[in-house]
Formats: sequence, structure tokens, C-alpha cells
Amino acid sequence: MTEFFMSNLEQFWHLTGFYNATWEHFVMLAVGLFFIWLAIKKDFEPMLLVPIGFGMLIGNIPFNTTAGLEIGIYEEGSVLNILYNGVSAGWYPPLIFLGIGAMTDFSALIANPKLMLIGAAAQFGIFGAYMVALLLGFAPDQAGAIAIIGGADGPTAIFLSSKLAPNLMGAIAVSAYSYMALVPVIQPPLMRLFTTKNERLIKMKPARAVSQNEKIIFPIVGMLLTCFVVPSGLPLLGMLFFGNLLRECGVCNRLAKTASNALTDIVTILLGMTVGASTQASEFLTAQTIGIFALGFMAFIIASSSGVLFVKLFNLFLPKDKKINPLIGNAGVSAVPMSARISNNLGLEYDPSNYLLMHAMGPNVAGVIGSAVAAGVLLGFLA
Amino acid sequence: MKKKLLTLLLIMVACATVASAQGRRGLRINEVMVQNNGSVVDDYGNHVAWVELFNSTYGPLEISSVYITNDKNNPKKYPVPLGDVNTEIPTRQHIVFWADGQPTRGTFHMNFTLEPGKDNWIGVYDADGKTLIDEVVIPASLQADQTYARAIDGEDAENAADTWEVRDGSEGKYVTPSSNNIIKDTNNKVEMFSTQDENGFALTVMAMGIVFSALLLLCVCFYIISKIGARVSKHNKAKAQGAKLKELPKESHPEHDSGEEIAAIVMALHEHLDTHDRENTILTINKVKRAYSPWSSKIYGLRELPRR
Repeated sequence: MTEFFMSNLEQFWHLTGFYNATWEHFVMLAVGLFFIWLAIKKDFEPMLLVPIGFGMLIGNIPFNTTAGLEIGIYEEGSVLNILYNGVSAGWYPPLIFLGIGAMTDFSALIANPKLMLIGAAAQFGIFGAYMVALLLGFAPDQAGAIAIIGGADGPTAIFLSSKLAPNLMGAIAVSAYSYMALVPVIQPPLMRLFTTKNERLIKMKPARAVSQNEKIIFPIVGMLLTCFVVPSGLPLLGMLFFGNLLRECGVCNRLAKTASNALTDIVTILLGMTVGASTQASEFLTAQTIGIFALGFMAFIIASSSGVLFVKLFNLFLPKDKKINPLIGNAGVSAVPMSARISNNLGLEYDPSNYLLMHAMGPNVAGVIGSAVAAGVLLGFLA
Repeated sequence: MKKKLLTLLLIMVACATVASAQGRRGLRINEVMVQNNGSVVDDYGNHVAWVELFNSTYGPLEISSVYITNDKNNPKKYPVPLGDVNTEIPTRQHIVFWADGQPTRGTFHMNFTLEPGKDNWIGVYDADGKTLIDEVVIPASLQADQTYARAIDGEDAENAADTWEVRDGSEGKYVTPSSNNIIKDTNNKVEMFSTQDENGFALTVMAMGIVFSALLLLCVCFYIISKIGARVSKHNKAKAQGAKLKELPKESHPEHDSGEEIAAIVMALHEHLDTHDRENTILTINKVKRAYSPWSSKIYGLRELPRR
């Protein structure tokens, strides 16, 4: 009888987390806790970092992988694996884009269409990082997946990496969201570095009022034009513009509200949690991950800088009364609306009457479109 | 209401039919062996002629009820039977039919044979027996154990003459029943970029060009739309103002119509007539009794979220 008890208890002991734990698990659990701390104490992107951080805790509970318990995120048929399908098959990101479209007011961009080019210029971050990733020895498809971090767009990064380099997706997603949370830390020094005091004081003319018709035409024409140029961006661009049409048409308010609130919240919870859980120590703690984080950081720097520098270049060709404040150049990365808010705060720091928020929203939403187009281009070239 | 439902149903049926038809049009004859002496054997252990079909679409393809034939005058010669789960071809996969003239041996055994030494025409028709999905003529010169196969699975080459090739099992000309005619061990695109664009400069230039073009196109388009919009609204405004002015007759604009004068007249009338609203001055205050309990308090409610 004692032997029976002992053998069963021993068997149970072998199933526990304590028995199966390795130092890698504890490192990842610490990273998860750090993310949760950042979100709650420092208020860094809490909507993302809390689900991702807790997901990391869930994904890094040690268990016996040979016992066939069907609990791990990579074990087919497990609940986590079913939820992870939205990430691995890439259908969560388009749903998030639907919500982003339903939340975004494109008026600033429609009123001043030339701001779209700033959104395009900031995509240099993606391709700069692509070249460096190749230099570091990554294969072109992996380099493309890593480089998309420079777009500062989590859903796009997940979507592209799930197609080009599924094995790197966890590291890419965590890196993208981490840097998005750190936008207020990364961008201001760069903006100060590349601008003169006079440039920071440039006051832009208030944008004209945009008619409802223009707002309705924008998502339709936007989708048709961008998707005809880059059909591979269809899942993201199609949903983004569809969401925006729901918002602007004025006859689908219920749908727009659901897309921008309930649906986005549900998908954000599932996306964040499963992305966090996908960072299992065995898959995540590799030298490659460190490389991905380094490349992601560099991509962010290039993207932010190229946006600012492009505005300075653009100003050379603009008449004196139509100059653009280069402080809105950083908003070309698509961290909406965080980077636009940074432009505004920095503008107010140098001139308390210089409100740049609405001007910065133009390149900011153009950045969303630009990064989705860039993802489509990379997918078309490398998939 | 009924009409609406009926219309919706009709649209759904039409969409489903179109979708199904579109899918089946992606069915391709991919490889054919007319004389099988020592190649693959069927499920009865016999060497018989075979026809490989390929699903060139990016979704599973159910092919039951399509027709396979070797007689142009009889397009419905061999109907692929209904009710066999194996007649669904997975995405970009193949299925082999045996041309042994013994349909009683199973779904994949057709009721005709192919004749070596002669041109053999093979056609695949849709379920209506009229729509030709794909066809091929196997040349009489095809030798035993050779196949007539598409150079690229399910696709036509730019030059029609290069679409089909004879395969004899030699290096690069493998006979591949139920597998890809081109065996890929790498991603060609990735391979190409690794070798021809080592530093990524070309891709960067191309991709940035495309991103800029897409957004520039959008920018130009909206510049034009905003100009048109501004002109239209200006026009409408002018039109509306014009109409308003026309509507008002000249008599309605007396010389003394300033707001102050009208207000003074109204005030004088008000004073003179001593008119004002009659109001009920009774004020009633009802006491509302609510027995307090922490269990019914919102402060202690379980659904209350913590506030920071």
C-alpha cells in the first residue's frame, strides 16, 4: 500500500512545475513579471503589456511535455493552441485593424494629404533594419519579419512574422510591443537631436474642415488604390478601411461601436495573452532573440529619425507659410496615437501655444497605412 | 419580408454556385501515363495507365460529379462518384485516377482505357457536362513508362509549347504520380534574394518605391478630391445664398429692421400688456427612504473595479 502511495505521489511530483522547472523558465517568468510591473506601475501600454506579461507567466509554467497533457500552447488540440490559431494563422491582426479603422479619424490626413508622405518616409526604419538583419546573417524572409518591428505596429508585425518566420514570431511580437511602449523614451531625444530650435517653433496652419462625403470616400478610395498596388496587404488594409467606413458612413453606428470597442477588446485580450504565452523559454531564450531585440531597437531609431529628417527635406521645397514642423515627423511610425502625442508634448514644451496633435495625427495614421503596405510588399517579395 | 428573405437566399445560392464553379475551374490535368509497364501500381497491384489531376487553387476542392472523358462526343463518360470523402483534393495537391476500364474497382478506377501508340485526348468537364475545365492531347509518340506532364504543377507556361513535357524518369524529368512535378526544397524567392541581393539594397529601393508610390497616389487622389469637394461646396453655397435672396421679396426688408428696434418694441409690448407665464408655486419634496446595507452598496459591490 505504501509503495502504491509512493509511486503515485512520485508520478505526480514528476508532473509538477517544481520538478520540471529550469533556470530558463524562471528568467521568462521574471520577464513576464517585469512587463506587468511596467504596465501597472509605469503605465507603459498597459492594455498590451498586462495581457502579454500574464501570457508569459502562463506560457512558462514548467510542465512535463512528454506526458501528453495537451496544455501547452504548441500542443495541438490544447485550449491555448486553439486560441493561438488566431496568431499562427494570422487572423487576429486583421481584426485589430478593423477596430483601429473604426476608431481612427482620418480627417487630419484628408485635410492635408501631403502628410501621407511622412508616413511613407518613416518606413525606412523597416528596410534599414532589413539590411542590417541580412548583415547579421538572417535569411531574407527572417530579416523581413524582424524588420517590420520598425513599423511600430504590433498587429502588422505579428501578421507578417506568422507568414514569413513563424518560429521568430514570439520574439518579434514582444519586441514590437516593448518598443511601442517605450516610444515616449526613445523618440524625444532623437527629435531634439535632428531639429533646430527655430524648426521646433514652426506653427502650422490649422487644417481645414473635412466634409462627411470626403470622409466616406477616403476608406473606399484608399482601399482600392492601396490594395491594387499591393494586393498582399489586403487582409490588413481591407479591414482597416472597412472599419473606417463603418465609422464614417453614419448608418452602421452599432457595427462601428462593436468593432472599435467590444471586438477590439476581445481580440486584444486573446492576442496579447497568446503572444505572451508563445514565448516559451525553450523557444524564446536564444541568441537570435537578443539579435531581434537589438534590430528592433535600431529599426525604431531609423524609423523615427527618417520621419523627422524627411520633413526637414520636404520643407526645403515648401513655401515659407506652409512649412511643416519637423516635430511631427516622428509620428510617421504607426504607434497611434502615442507618437502623435509626443509630437504635441514636445511642441508645447518649446511653445506653449503650439498644438501639434492634430497635425501629427496625419502622419501617424499614414504610418498605419504605410506599415501595412510595407508588410504587403515584404510578403509579396519573400513569401 | 418574405421577398427580402427570398432575395437573400437567391443571392446566397448564386454566390455559393459561383464560388463552387470558380473552384472547380482550378482543377487541372497534371500528368498522364498511357502505357504503364513498370511504374506505379494501383490498389490491386496492377500496372495500368493513370491520369493525375491537380488542385491549382489555394483551398480544398471537392471534385465529385465532375466528368473525366477520353471521348469528345461523350463528355459525361466517367462521372466522379458522389459520396466518397477522398474526392476532396487538399490545397495544391493531387489525385490519381486509373484508366483501366474497371469502374467497379472503386472511385478512382475509370470506365475507359488509354491507347498506346495513338493520340489520346483527355478532357475534364464540370458537373453540367458542358463546361470544359481542362483538356490535353497525349502524343502518340509517348513511350512505355513515360509520362506527359505539366512543366509547372497546374500552370500554363508563357509559351504554350512549353506547358507540357515528356518525362522518362531521368535526372530532372522524374515521373511523379501523386506528387509535385517540380520538387521544391527551398523558397525560390528567398533563394533569389539571398543570392542576387545579398545586402538587401535592391529590395529596399523597390519596396520604398512601392510604399511611396502607394501613398503618393493616395495623396494626389485626395488632393484632387478635396479640390473638387471645395469647388462643389462653394458652388452649392453660392447657389443656396442666391436662392435665399431671390425668395425674399423687397418689401420684407424695411429700412428700420435692426434687432435693437425689434427688441425695444417687444419689451414695450411686454410692459404694456403685463404678460408673463403663470407658474405653479407649490413645491413638493418627497422623502425617499432607502435602507442602507453594505450588501446593497455599490461601494462594496463585487463588480466594482478598483480605482487608482
